[in-house]
Amino acid sequence: MTAESGTKSPTERMRATLRRRYAAERRFQAYGIVAIVVALSMLVTLFVTIIGNGAGAFVQHTARLDISVYPQDIDPGREADLDALARANYQSLVNDALYSMFPEATSRQDRRAVRDLISPGAKFVIRDMVMDDPSLIGQRVSVRVPLSSQYDQVLKGNVDPAVDFRVMRESSTEIPWSLPEGERLISDTQAGYLQQLIRQGEVEGSFNRWFFTNGDSRQPELAGIWGAAVGSMFTLMVTLLLSFPIGVSAAIYLEEFAPKNRLTDIIEVNINNLAAVPSIVFGLLGLAVFLQFFGLPRSAPLVGGLVLTLMTLPTIIIASRAALKSVPPSIREAALGVGASKLQCIVHHVLPLAMPGMLTGTIIGMAQALGETAPLLMIGMVAFVVDVPGSPLDPSTVLPVQIYLWADSPERAFTERTSAAIMCLLGFLILMNAVAVLLRKRFERRW
Amino acid sequence: MIKKSILLAAVATVGVAGVAEARDQIRIVGSSTVYPFTTVVAETFGKKTGMPTPVVESTGSGGGFKLFCAGLGVEHPDFTNASRAIKSSEVETCASNGVEAVTELKVGYDGIVMANAKSAPSLELTKTQIYLALAKDVPQDGEWVANPYTKWSDIDASLPDAEIEVLGPPPTSGTRDAFLELVMEPGCESFAECEGLEKADFKARAFTLREDGRFIEAGENDNLIVQKLEANPAALGIFGFSFLDQNMDKVQGTVIEGEAPTFENIASGAYPVSRPLFVYVKTAHMGVIPGMEAFLQEYTDEAAWGPEGYLSDKGLIPMPDAERAEYRDAALNKVDNIN
Repeated sequence: MTAESGTKSPTERMRATLRRRYAAERRFQAYGIVAIVVALSMLVTLFVTIIGNGAGAFVQHTARLDISVYPQDIDPGREADLDALARANYQSLVNDALYSMFPEATSRQDRRAVRDLISPGAKFVIRDMVMDDPSLIGQRVSVRVPLSSQYDQVLKGNVDPAVDFRVMRESSTEIPWSLPEGERLISDTQAGYLQQLIRQGEVEGSFNRWFFTNGDSRQPELAGIWGAAVGSMFTLMVTLLLSFPIGVSAAIYLEEFAPKNRLTDIIEVNINNLAAVPSIVFGLLGLAVFLQFFGLPRSAPLVGGLVLTLMTLPTIIIASRAALKSVPPSIREAALGVGASKLQCIVHHVLPLAMPGMLTGTIIGMAQALGETAPLLMIGMVAFVVDVPGSPLDPSTVLPVQIYLWADSPERAFTERTSAAIMCLLGFLILMNAVAVLLRKRFERRW
Repeated sequence: MIKKSILLAAVATVGVAGVAEARDQIRIVGSSTVYPFTTVVAETFGKKTGMPTPVVESTGSGGGFKLFCAGLGVEHPDFTNASRAIKSSEVETCASNGVEAVTELKVGYDGIVMANAKSAPSLELTKTQIYLALAKDVPQDGEWVANPYTKWSDIDASLPDAEIEVLGPPPTSGTRDAFLELVMEPGCESFAECEGLEKADFKARAFTLREDGRFIEAGENDNLIVQKLEANPAALGIFGFSFLDQNMDKVQGTVIEGEAPTFENIASGAYPVSRPLFVYVKTAHMGVIPGMEAFLQEYTDEAAWGPEGYLSDKGLIPMPDAERAEYRDAALNKVDNIN
């Protein structure tokens, strides 16, 4: 048999299909790589923008002031009574220190410009210091106080890219503004005072501890995430304490004890559906049940935790049931075979083996709950709360809500604080997910 | 461990029964426009007096009145912020729930500005021109036609030859309501076709903005509008004065009816698009919730709402001296001035 032109031998035909199959596989791999590259580049863009915007918030420029703590201003009776000390007029101490640094500022407007250099929170820094140590009264102390956020932003180069701390310190005559006076946020007079303060060597950028220790504030330089972080902690604590035991018990009952009938089928379908219900619905439910019916306080982490419990329960139940299902029947049979009761079999053998899977599901549910704002809107946790909450009943807010509120604030400096708060939230989420992965890696058993 | 957590959870749930009885913290709800100002006062009040800082929720004016008018007692808020005056229907709701004595405290003015990027030429518009640029249907020779204008120069030859593109707040926003009332309504009234219309018809004509993509709802976040203007010099944006004030190196205000949106022009009343902002006080709570009088004193202090006060630094336009005195007296003497 001779091979005619146009027809191929079986070997050639096989080679051709083989080539096609290889090509298809390579194409498929290429699609996969493209998908990963796209996803990664989006993630990288997100991280780069957020870190680029937010890194500045961890630094705050401060000015050193020499404050004379005059007893006649804050403690005329010389009794060091803490109540009186708390109410005293510390602003005048700050003003005196500033006016003595700028003796040439005598007109009302100039003095106002000088006062504006320093954060209105400076007086509270000094108050706290004096109240911690009343022996300072009558002495001259040197304190670092935060600069006003608008000047802090100038020094970070966020107001005018051509001008930052170094330029301000080193440019001797003209500051190279890219906009004429009147169109920029800082006037020549204000810039002059700022430059003078820098030249005197009193200004430096240092770690912004206020960002981590303060509650919310309308002065960006005093605003911190601690209040929201504590609120998130209380909320998650309530969520965990309720949703973990309830979720695990429900999963054990449904998986191990419940008879397989129409009713349990309906329950199962409903649990799966609940996992997909928009979270705002849980907020409305929380408003109707916990606030209006039970009369719990508004804005409390307790109520937030209850609402988020409703939201995370389906996730935990589904994950726990999957974990229970993955324990091989031979374990149960062996336990029952040596005479263990059903409960003993579950508690002593099945549950320990299913626990890593359950914990992973729980942590992922918690991470979801940490990022929620919508259900909290209805129960009043989207609020301006300055005081750091001391219990789950105190009004508070949570980290994602804090981010939302700052993103909506007109002050320029809140932009970088928004990004910085996002970084902290992402940090927590990554940490929680890492713990979930670690638990799975360490305790998971494969059969 | 599981037993322990169940126990803890049970204790936590039982422990809270009946906690709603006492409250030593002022609660404020309401408008997101007044929120930036009330929060500053709340923070200053807290730091000055050492009392718990009032909790301020941003619920919108309407949502605020709903919560405020729901009744008396610690579970209901003590103040509500509003970027418009209380409606008679809301006064009725309040009264039917036992909230009879309410004091209206006008706190100042807020300008609504139109602005575009610094890199574009600044605009000078009249209300009529804005109406023609943004209304869904416009009158033409006695007829109502779907808005035909695509460029500003189509409306008036003196305006730049640029596409009409305006970013503004969504219908849920108080800024949008005020803009419609202060700009679109008089803009419509300048045409003969608008006269003699039934009230409902008039509203439909004057208050319906075009939906062909030339007016873009940009969401409640004014910072976002400013960012979009910077990226797109062809667009105009509508937002509150404080955002113009904080971003005057990025955007410039549009001159409306010959007046530029500056602090001085809004304060003097020359700039035509400004609205009063209010705080409503539940007088029955005064004396029950500690600190309400002191909070009102702080709000009405010259250091706060005066021309040189810290609220004006945040972009609130102060009222004239006489008006401030009038509202301060009303608030401190618990005058019921809404009925």
